[in-house]
Amino acid sequence: MTKVTMTVNGKAASGEVEGRTLLVSFLRETLGMTGTHVGCDTSQCGACVVHVDGKAVKSCAMLALEAEGAEVATIEGQAAADGTLNTIQAAFQEHHGLQCGFCTPGMVMSAAALLKDNPKPSEAEIRHYLEGNLCRCTGYHNIVKAIMAASGQDVSAIAAE
Amino acid sequence: MPKDIDAKESGIGAASKRREDIRFLSGTGNYTDDINLNGQAYVHFLRSDVAHGRITSIETAEAAAMPGVLRIFTGADFEGVGSIPCGWQVTDRFGEVMQEPAHPVLAQGKVRHVGDPIAAVVAETAEAARDAAEAIELDIEELPAVVDMKAALAEGAPKVHDDLTSNLCYDWGFVEDNKAAVNAAFEAAAHVTSLELVNNRLVANPMEPRVAVGDFNRATGDSTLYTTSQNPHVIRLLMGAFVLGIPEHKLRVVAPDVGGGFGSKIFHYAEEAFCTFAAKALNRAVKWTSSRSEAFMSDAHGRDHVTKIELALDADNNFTALRTDTLANMGAYLSTFAPSVPTWLHGTLMAGNYKTPLIYVNVKAVFTNTVPVDAYRGAGRPEATFQLERVIDKAALELGVDPIALRRQNFITEFPYATPVAVEYDTGDYVATMDKLEEIADIAGFAARRAESERAGKLRGLGVNCYIEACGIAPSNLVGQLGARAGLYESATVRVNATGGIVVMTGSHSHGQGHETSFPQVIASMIGIDENMVEIEHGDTNNAPMGMGTYGSRSLAVGGSAMVRATEKIIAKAKKIAAHLMEAADADIELKDGQFSVAGTDKSVAWGDVTLAAYVPHNYPLEEIEPGLEETAFYDPSNFTYPSGAYACEVEVDPETGKVSIARFAAADDFGNIVNPMIVDGQVHGGIGQGIGQALLEGCVYDENGQLLSASFMDYAMPRADDVPFYEVDHSCQTPCTHNPLGVKGCGEAGAIGSPPAVVNAVVNALRSAGKDVTHIDMPLSPARVWAAMQG
Repeated sequence: MTKVTMTVNGKAASGEVEGRTLLVSFLRETLGMTGTHVGCDTSQCGACVVHVDGKAVKSCAMLALEAEGAEVATIEGQAAADGTLNTIQAAFQEHHGLQCGFCTPGMVMSAAALLKDNPKPSEAEIRHYLEGNLCRCTGYHNIVKAIMAASGQDVSAIAAE
Repeated sequence: MPKDIDAKESGIGAASKRREDIRFLSGTGNYTDDINLNGQAYVHFLRSDVAHGRITSIETAEAAAMPGVLRIFTGADFEGVGSIPCGWQVTDRFGEVMQEPAHPVLAQGKVRHVGDPIAAVVAETAEAARDAAEAIELDIEELPAVVDMKAALAEGAPKVHDDLTSNLCYDWGFVEDNKAAVNAAFEAAAHVTSLELVNNRLVANPMEPRVAVGDFNRATGDSTLYTTSQNPHVIRLLMGAFVLGIPEHKLRVVAPDVGGGFGSKIFHYAEEAFCTFAAKALNRAVKWTSSRSEAFMSDAHGRDHVTKIELALDADNNFTALRTDTLANMGAYLSTFAPSVPTWLHGTLMAGNYKTPLIYVNVKAVFTNTVPVDAYRGAGRPEATFQLERVIDKAALELGVDPIALRRQNFITEFPYATPVAVEYDTGDYVATMDKLEEIADIAGFAARRAESERAGKLRGLGVNCYIEACGIAPSNLVGQLGARAGLYESATVRVNATGGIVVMTGSHSHGQGHETSFPQVIASMIGIDENMVEIEHGDTNNAPMGMGTYGSRSLAVGGSAMVRATEKIIAKAKKIAAHLMEAADADIELKDGQFSVAGTDKSVAWGDVTLAAYVPHNYPLEEIEPGLEETAFYDPSNFTYPSGAYACEVEVDPETGKVSIARFAAADDFGNIVNPMIVDGQVHGGIGQGIGQALLEGCVYDENGQLLSASFMDYAMPRADDVPFYEVDHSCQTPCTHNPLGVKGCGEAGAIGSPPAVVNAVVNALRSAGKDVTHIDMPLSPARVWAAMQG
C-alpha cells in the first residue's frame, strides 16, 4: 500500500492505495465520494468523468497514484456551498436532461469541460463531444438541449422538452 | 412546443421540474453500490467460459487458503435450496404445460451458458475475492452447444437440459380455434404478402450495472437485501418463498435509487439469492457489484425472435387475415417472466391498429445455450409491431399503393373494439394520430428534402408506421388464467400527517420515470394543495404493504390508480371530520383548493385544520370514526390500457458506404390523459433512442460454439449522442382510458415499440429510390448489411 495525496474539490485528501487502485475506486471507496459512478469496464460509458488539473478524465482509466498532487474536481463540488446548482446542473433540471441519474455526474462534468473550451458549441459539436458518455434513458435529446441552454443559447425552437 | 407544456403551473398537466434531480445532479443519490455496511465482505463469481459442459471437478482448497478469503461456495452448498423460479406457466396448443427446467443458484453438474455461475468466493475485499476465484481449479468436459433455434429443435440436437424431452419449451397457438378459418382466408385471398425477419437479440444495458448487498441480523434472525430492482416486493416473494424459504416478515428487500432498468431489473437473479444466503451463512454483509462484462453474460437479454409473417388482402386491399410463425429464444433457463413475452405480450397485439378479422399466431419457445431471454422495454409488443408494420410496408410495395393510405384504409375506427386475438381496445383514434404525424413530420415536405439529399449524393428515405401496445399490466383474474403465478395489482398507502403533509408509500418503483415528482402532482390536484406537501416513498418492502413494481408502462395506470383510490378514502374521511368541525352534514361538504366548505354557506375549514383534528381529536366524532388519517388501497385493473400512435423516420443513406443517418424522427402518440408532459416527452425520447439503437446499431452476437462475442461496450454498439437527432414528439391526441380513474394509458415503452419499423421502412424506401430491388434488411442495419443489400 502506498499513500496518495491530492486535492479533491478544493480540500486535501489522502489515503493508502494499492498500485492497481483506480482513481474512481479511491474516490468512491477510500473517500466515500459516491457521486462518481462506474458503468463499464472498458472506458466507454463516461459515468466516471471527473476533472484532473482542469481536464476531463475518465477516472476508471487512471490510477489513483497517477493523481498524486493533482487538483481533482467531482460532481460533489459543482453546486455552491448552500446547494445552489451551477448553470449546467440547473439547465439539466430545467430541460429534463436526466432520468435515472446514473450517467448524469459524468455528463455534467463532460459538459463543463466542453463549455470551458467551447463556450457556444453547436448541436453537432455537443453530440460529437459526448461520444464518450453513454446515456440509456434520455435518447440524448434533452442532454444536448440542456448543454446548449447552459451555454446561453436560445433553445425554444428545439422540439419540446 | 406542444400546447400543454407549461399550460399549468402545478398539479395534473403541469410540466413540474423533477425534485429527484437535485440529488442526482449533486452526486448525492443513493444507488445500491453506494451502500456499504459495517463488516461487509465481497463476492466474486467464477463463471463458465464455455456454453455447455459437465463440471468434472472443482478444487477450491488452494484458493480458499489465499489471504482474505472467507469461504468459497459451490453448487453443493445449494443442494436443498430452491430453484430460481419462473413466474409464468404457458400452456401449449395441445393443452400441455410448458417444459420448465430447474435453475440452480450455482451450477450443479452442468453449465449451460457462458456466464453461468459455478462458484462464489467471499473475501474481505473485492480484489481478494477476484484473485482467489482465478486460483480455483476447474475441470469442465465441454459438450456440444446449441445456439441457433432451428438447430436446437432438430432431431438429435444436444439437449440443454438432460431431464427435458427436447429443447422445445412450448408450442403455442393463438387463437388455435381460428387456425382453419385463417388458412381458408389465405386460400381465398387476392394477394398474400409474406416476409421472413429477425428481431435481433438485445442487451438492456441500463447504465447502472446490477448490485446486491445481503445482510443478516443474528439477534433478530432478519435478512435484508439491497438490490438494483424494479420491484422489490416481487423479489421478496420469489426469493423468500421459492428459493431461500424466508417468510416475508423476516425478509426486507430495498431497491434504493436504481440507475435504469428497461426490464432487465424486473427478474429475480441468482446473485441476489446468493448474497442473502451467504450473509446468513457467514454472519457478514456480502456485496456483489457486477462489472459491465458480467452484465452482458448474466443480465437477461431481450427480443431474439425469428418470424415468418403472412398478410392476406382482398381485391380492394383490405386486410383479411394474418398468420405468423415465430421461434422465440428462451436461453438456457426460464427467467422470471420469459414465457409470457412471446405469447401473451406478443400474440395479443398482432391485430395492431387494424381491423384484420382473422389472425393466427404460432410461437415455439426454444432452449439454447445462451443467457436467458426475458422482457426488454416493450417486451413482445416491439416484436409484434415490427413484423406487422414491416409486412404492411412490403404489401404496399407489392401492390403499388401508398403505405400510409393502405394503413388508413384498414384502421380500426370504432371503439370499443374486440380484436380476434382476445383483447378489447377501449379507446383510440388512429386517424387523429396519423393526421398529427403527417403534420409534425411534414410528410408533404419530404419530396423536397429528398431532392436536396440527392443533390448532396445521399439517398433519402421516409418510413412511417403505427403501433398499439397493451400497458397497465394487468387484470389479475385474467392473467391468472393465462398462466401468471402472481396477481398484477398495485398498492398504495397514503399517510397524512398532523400538519397536513402527506407521504405516499407505493409499490411502484421509480428508476428514472420521475414518480417522486409526478405522483404528488396527482394528489395535489385531488386535494388542492401544493405538490411539495406530498412526498413519495418507494423501493422498500417495509413501506408499501405490497407491490408488483414498475414495468409494462404500469406505474401511473395501476400504481397511480391505487394512490388515487387511497386518496379518495382519505378525502371521504376528511370530509366527515370537516363536517363535524363545521356542524354540517357529510354530504354537504365540498373540497376545493385545500379548503372544506359547506355547500351554500360561507363556512369553511382548511386542509390543515382537518388533519390536525385527526391527530389531536379533542373536537372529533370519536364514536363514529377513528383518529388518524391514513388509508391503503389495492387497485386491480379491469383491462389493459392501449396507447397507440404513428411514427415517421427520415434517413439519409450514403450509397458509397451503406451508412445510415437518422435525419428526422417524429412521433405522434396517444397516451390518454397526461400528468406531466415534460416527463412524458422524456420517456418517448428515451424509447426512440433505444429503438434507433435496435434498428441501426445493437446486436448481441454468439458464435456457433455459444461464445458471446458482444460482451462489452467495445463490441456491442450502444447508441451515442451523435447517432440520433432531436426528436419531434407530440401527445396532443388524447383518448382517455375508460377504466382507470386518471384516464391514463402509459408511455414508458411506446418509443421503443414504435420506432424500429419506421427506421427499417425508411432505409428500404431510400434504397428503392435508387432503383435497388430491396424489400427487407434485418436489424441492426449496419453499413455492411445496407451496402450488401445495395449490391443486390
